[in-house]
Amino acid sequence: MTGDELIWRIAGGSGDGIDSTSQNFTKALMRTGLDVFTHRHYPSRIRGGHTYVEVRAADHAVKSRGDGYDFLLALGDSFARNPQDGEAYYGNEEVKPLTENLDELREGGVIVYDEGLLDTDEVENFDERVEANDWHVYPLDLRSLAREHGREIMRNTAGVAATAALIDMDTGIFEELMADTMSGEMLETNVEVLEEAHAVVSEMEFTHDLEVPTGSHDEEQVLLNGSHAVAYGAIDEGCRFIAGYPMTPWTDVFTIMTQHLPSIGGISEQVEDEIAAASLAIGASHAGVKAMSGSSGGGFALMSEPLGLAEMTETPLVLVEAMRAGPSTGMPTKPEQGDLEHILYTSQGDSNRVVFAPGTVAEAYEQSREAFRVAYEYQIPVVIVIDQKLSGELASVPASHFDREPNPDLGSVLSEEEIQEAPHHASGTFNRFRHDPEDGVSPRSIPGQKDGRFLATGNEHTPQGHIEESPDNRVAQVDRRTRKLDSIREDLDEQEHSNQTYYGPEDAEHGIMVWGSQQGSVEEAVDRLNEQGESVKMLGVSDLMPYPKADVTAFLESVDECLVVEMNITAQFRGLTQKELGRFGEKMSSLLKYNGNPFEPAEVVEGFDIQVNGGDEPPTAQTRIEPAAGD
Amino acid sequence: MSKSFSAIGQAEQGEEIDREAFTPGIEPQATWCPGCGDFSVLKALKGAMPEVGRTPDETLLVTGIGCSGKLNSYFESYAMHSIHGRSLPIARAAKLANPGLEVIAAGGDGDGYGIGGNHFMHTARENHDMTYIVFDNEIFGLTKGQTSPTSPKGHESKTQPHGSAKDPIRPLSLALTSGASYVARTAAVNPRQATEILTEAIEHDGFAHVDFLTQCPTWNKDAKQYVPYTDVQDSEDFDFDVHDRQEAAEMMHETEDKLYEGEVLTGRFYIDEDRRSYGEEKRSTGEMPEEPLAERYFDEEADWERSYDLLDAHK
Repeated sequence: MTGDELIWRIAGGSGDGIDSTSQNFTKALMRTGLDVFTHRHYPSRIRGGHTYVEVRAADHAVKSRGDGYDFLLALGDSFARNPQDGEAYYGNEEVKPLTENLDELREGGVIVYDEGLLDTDEVENFDERVEANDWHVYPLDLRSLAREHGREIMRNTAGVAATAALIDMDTGIFEELMADTMSGEMLETNVEVLEEAHAVVSEMEFTHDLEVPTGSHDEEQVLLNGSHAVAYGAIDEGCRFIAGYPMTPWTDVFTIMTQHLPSIGGISEQVEDEIAAASLAIGASHAGVKAMSGSSGGGFALMSEPLGLAEMTETPLVLVEAMRAGPSTGMPTKPEQGDLEHILYTSQGDSNRVVFAPGTVAEAYEQSREAFRVAYEYQIPVVIVIDQKLSGELASVPASHFDREPNPDLGSVLSEEEIQEAPHHASGTFNRFRHDPEDGVSPRSIPGQKDGRFLATGNEHTPQGHIEESPDNRVAQVDRRTRKLDSIREDLDEQEHSNQTYYGPEDAEHGIMVWGSQQGSVEEAVDRLNEQGESVKMLGVSDLMPYPKADVTAFLESVDECLVVEMNITAQFRGLTQKELGRFGEKMSSLLKYNGNPFEPAEVVEGFDIQVNGGDEPPTAQTRIEPAAGD
Repeated sequence: MSKSFSAIGQAEQGEEIDREAFTPGIEPQATWCPGCGDFSVLKALKGAMPEVGRTPDETLLVTGIGCSGKLNSYFESYAMHSIHGRSLPIARAAKLANPGLEVIAAGGDGDGYGIGGNHFMHTARENHDMTYIVFDNEIFGLTKGQTSPTSPKGHESKTQPHGSAKDPIRPLSLALTSGASYVARTAAVNPRQATEILTEAIEHDGFAHVDFLTQCPTWNKDAKQYVPYTDVQDSEDFDFDVHDRQEAAEMMHETEDKLYEGEVLTGRFYIDEDRRSYGEEKRSTGEMPEEPLAERYFDEEADWERSYDLLDAHK
């Protein structure tokens, strides 16, 4: 089986280095010229507990995880906890690297497992399943191999070497990668383990015919995830201040920024809670620095009140919301798109914010930049919505995507000279919140600038910022702040690159709409459906507020019906679309998933078949169809 | 003097500062009740500013919510009237963003010791170079007289109809334990001392906490008007070293107890001039730029790093 793609899964225990091993393997595949994409599954636990990373590599663009996979490297879980006797509540952890991963292994797939730690006798019907699925099984004592030539912990290296030997890759590329991050004895021993394991396995007799695909890139690629992309977008827009509190999966953006900020003249603050984090970002922004904060659902809830303060005082602010499955603590390490309404409407009063949900790693960079530009130009909070999937999945992106000019511009801020010319109140106070700007943006001054004094208050206020509750002033200020959203919508519509993504034949009969991180899976599904003779196109929506009414209206008018794909049970994005457009209720049905795993392309294909062609829902389906109004 | 923020450091150029510069050209009608202690904070602060040599344009006054939060409506400077309990995180970030600013935060006892208590603890712990004035009137005034964190045990109100079962918070002790490097208490009825203490607090290079006793004539009629008061530095009855943490702690404990027994003790309770401010700490570990970060955005010559140059680890 030499295909144009390979999906490799490495499984083991949390704390066993599965993540870093898989990253190196992914990078190696990327360096051979393949496009790569990863999917992470891990527990909210430091030591022990089943975890896996899936790496998909192909000679063509890969946009999502695949359906199932080809190759399992099952390592032991060195921190597995099992009761001495009787049934364990959470099952036998020791064998989970095998038991938890067999269902999705494709027919004809390969299994390498560490026989030093795993015993197939404890896996129910193992031999029968192997035979039924034509799996090729290679038990290897990776632990002993590692111990013999280095240290036990290097069994991951031995596993990678075994994989390489079995799919016909040589060790050179791995040695180069190791040399990037290791040196001295550590490097020498790892290389020895690598070479030895590769040699041992190469001499074995192979029964499978799976090989690594070959590919080539026209230009240099880099491997990064959505968290990197958001952070790098922020850096390129001149963001030099971040405040945060740890929370999975938001922590990734926070730590990446914190890693870089000091060396590029910025400041990172780990603070007492998320209320403080958002408030610090507001304080820094008010004082003239491009600033950000963020969290995941629970921490973002704490940011509600500062978010409203930023809206009312028109303080530019960028927040990241890295969603995970809720409510409450929910499933901390599992993705879901259940926070949409929370993000759109949280905080008292009418919302006055911008919300972007990038669909891919590349978009995460672009929309992070856009978030800062819009926030500082229009003096408004912008929320970048990602989730556990986008934040952690690695993808190859051309390095040139990041080869752009920085934009540290503070937006609608006056210089001291301009302040002198600008209208002041008879009291001497600067008119910071004028009623009249047509686009709604009243330029601001920064503390320390001569004659720019004003009061920023969360109360309704006069043009000078003084507390004022008269109806005329109230209407003038609300109208002006609201006009900013119209201006932003126009601005975004005029940009050369839309934040919305179109995919598939323009004249297709059927539509699929998606928002945020599920876009890649839907694109793959669209390809397959069209190959099957269906006529389908996709619209991936990133602008959630202000809503891209023209784009979505045109799309929905052009199709007979539309399946809206999202990861929550209440169809929040479909509800938003109906609210914003006031029609199309009879055209839009939903395909929903909320089991903690992102959509696989096949699930979207299946959902489409059920909804559009009346296909049967398989009893094992982990998705749910919500028909259109009137159906 | 800063190029982009020419107001910063003006006074060092020898400019005389008039306390009236801190009175808005057209002052909004005060919402405070006649006889309210809050007027004294405003007055003392206006008196302190010329002493410390700072102008309205280089001062940022961040307040919380409540009667105290209105302070910056009647005080001319850059200002943010924020949300309940959150003046400190906003203020300290502004100081980090532009250390050239004179940053003062203010709020009430409910704001600072109740809803914002966590920020009080952490801002003191970090020892930011700023001043925090707490209007302590032992009551929630603006919401009409509910029991506050500093209300005495047994305080009866509509929210504590059977008398509060809680001991009041110990604001001075809390500041000391948390890490504040200047801790004082003054009272509205003591304008000379109040001005002196606010001046010292603002000049102090670190987190200065001033618990400012402000009588509420409307909702806390039963409470003392904070007279007579005793200045612990002037009185022969008290002998402690304000630089000694142990002695300061004992003096604070006694002061907090005495308030509820009807004896008002005021003055400086703890001063640590050696502890480095948070900004200095962060600069010493390379976690904060030497030049004010805010200046960089106005510097057209500034070189901005690009993520493209950080990509090596991803290749």
